[in-house]
Amino acid sequence: MKLTRRQILKGGLAAAGAAAAGRAGARERRQPPPEAVGMLYDATRCIGCRACVTKCREENKLPFERSADGLYDQPVDLSGSTKNVIRLASDGTRTSFLKAQCMHCVDPACTSVCMIGALRKNPVTGIVEYDENGCVGCRYCEVACAFNVPKFTWEKAVPRIVKCELCRHRADPGKSGPLAVANPACAEVCPRAAVVYGTRAGLLAEARRRIAEEPGRYESRIYGEEDGGGTQVLYLTARGFSFQQLGLPDLGRNAVPAVSESVQHGIYYGMAAPVVLFAAALVAVHRRGGTDDQE
Amino acid sequence: MVERETRGVSRRDFLKLCTVAAGAVGLPASAAEEMAAAASSSARPSIIWLHWQECTGCTESLLRTSAPGVAELILSLVSLDYHETLMAAAGQQAEEALSAAMARNRGKYVLVVEGSIPMKNPRGERVTRAADAAQAAYCRVAGKTALETTIAVAKDAAAIVSIGSCASWGGVASAEPNPTGAAGTREALHAVGIDRAVVSLPGCPANPYNLLGTVLQFATFGTLPALDEQGRPRFAYARTIHEDCPRRPHFDAGRFAQKFGDEGHRAGYCLYKLGCKGPATHARCSLEPFGEIPGAWPVGVGHPCFGCTEQKLAFRVPLHDTIEVERPTAPATYPPLVTRRGTVSPLATGLAGAAIGVLAGGGYLATRKLDASRKDGEGEKP
Repeated sequence: MKLTRRQILKGGLAAAGAAAAGRAGARERRQPPPEAVGMLYDATRCIGCRACVTKCREENKLPFERSADGLYDQPVDLSGSTKNVIRLASDGTRTSFLKAQCMHCVDPACTSVCMIGALRKNPVTGIVEYDENGCVGCRYCEVACAFNVPKFTWEKAVPRIVKCELCRHRADPGKSGPLAVANPACAEVCPRAAVVYGTRAGLLAEARRRIAEEPGRYESRIYGEEDGGGTQVLYLTARGFSFQQLGLPDLGRNAVPAVSESVQHGIYYGMAAPVVLFAAALVAVHRRGGTDDQE
Repeated sequence: MVERETRGVSRRDFLKLCTVAAGAVGLPASAAEEMAAAASSSARPSIIWLHWQECTGCTESLLRTSAPGVAELILSLVSLDYHETLMAAAGQQAEEALSAAMARNRGKYVLVVEGSIPMKNPRGERVTRAADAAQAAYCRVAGKTALETTIAVAKDAAAIVSIGSCASWGGVASAEPNPTGAAGTREALHAVGIDRAVVSLPGCPANPYNLLGTVLQFATFGTLPALDEQGRPRFAYARTIHEDCPRRPHFDAGRFAQKFGDEGHRAGYCLYKLGCKGPATHARCSLEPFGEIPGAWPVGVGHPCFGCTEQKLAFRVPLHDTIEVERPTAPATYPPLVTRRGTVSPLATGLAGAAIGVLAGGGYLATRKLDASRKDGEGEKP
């Protein structure tokens, strides 16, 4: 599915048309596709072995990193060569690990800001996919993402955006179910089933089952079920260890694009705002010119 | 010493044996002299060894030590006065040897217990008083229950050592539903109100060198090794399997065998995902090889550690379930939630400010010139 010049031009015309037609008011809440896939990360089970980090690098053919002070393969953050990283969170007394990678939002900010459609949410799997053929390198996605996920390969002559795509290149069409569309290497190697792959609905059920089985072990909430409009990567945390302490942002229930797109599309409703602005500019110029003549 | 020389053991050989024994169990070389002196005196430490619910695997592993060999140990270094597997006597004779040894060395002998003690009576209730010891069902030797004999021998023992997981905390016999009420020596004695220190040497089977180290230290210096809160000597049980594991580099690099026989398994990857209990099992299997054969232990042959020394793990947590890591990798090696990279130096800020100032000033001056030239132009109009 390579983006072509023709598609991009068509897309641009369609967007202009949509903007002209306009649609004011808040956008309705987006729902994940019924077959959406994702991952469930259980912070109480993670032992911080970093098998996921190693395997991710191997399966995505990402180069090894060297930190600023010379440490070999100790990435401190997501980057142009790291799609997945294990961080350590502390609440003062206890520690917990956090696996960071693309959350595959139900209503992603990165696809909302992408002017070309190089980042696009798969309508069936819900995976936020990247197509480097369309990317112009504006890095709006980097700025827009609430989880600070998309990264740019600054050091490359022809740079691109790097982010987790749920290992969709490892999908096996011969298999049925979620494995037919993707197969995250991190979930496959995790020794403790701290990160598991499946359909979002199945993972939500699994998360609820774990909480119901050991209510003393988990916070009763599942991060990503509603947060930021919902994500397809879900998190469980230990009881008393909040998601914010774990380093996950408190985004509220609504997706960022739901707000930003409402504002933006509201301004351009029926092309009213540009017309008004242009008219105001004309009046200003005319009045200024008038005084010049009278002098 | 003279007595031994007549049996064909030279003083030199005997001192060599003592040095080997001291070295093998981690005692200082200077202990060899003292050990020789203690062993050659008439009062070699007497050992009474009781067997209860067990498989005799601990004795079998003791028989296979070479430094010192078991023959040298029981004939030259200690006096093994009662041991059902090793003694020639049987029946009446054997029981007489037990009572004779107890009478002769009252308050000085070492009691070694191998096997768990069944605590339940025929109605399925646990015995809680020493007076009821005879009511315990199961495992009677010479008409006495395991609990009765243990209480009687423990009373006058100078030190009590429980060898193997059965004697330490119940072992396989204490696995659910624990039909006999199997308990370790310390638990059984505490249950009937006898509060004695017990050196526990868990393991299935226990590493015989842990016993030799304990017994020889006691025989030589009259002291017991430093113990942890479960009564295990720190010299052998302070560290976990995980900390000294030869496969540890694979764990640190995130390389795990995914299933038995896969590529990673054949390449010797970490066995944690297959259920290795090493991260919470205190033992020194990788350092003091079992049976003195390097690599002859579960992890060495490609099977996950099953946690035989740990009451909370062995026979309780399913063999291939994973567990928490007791002492995880140092937290400093993980990135924090927020990493700060790069700062803006005051010099750079100043330079940027100066550049903006020059541009703004230049622009202002340029517009004034423009204004002036326009006025000049207007002036030229007629």
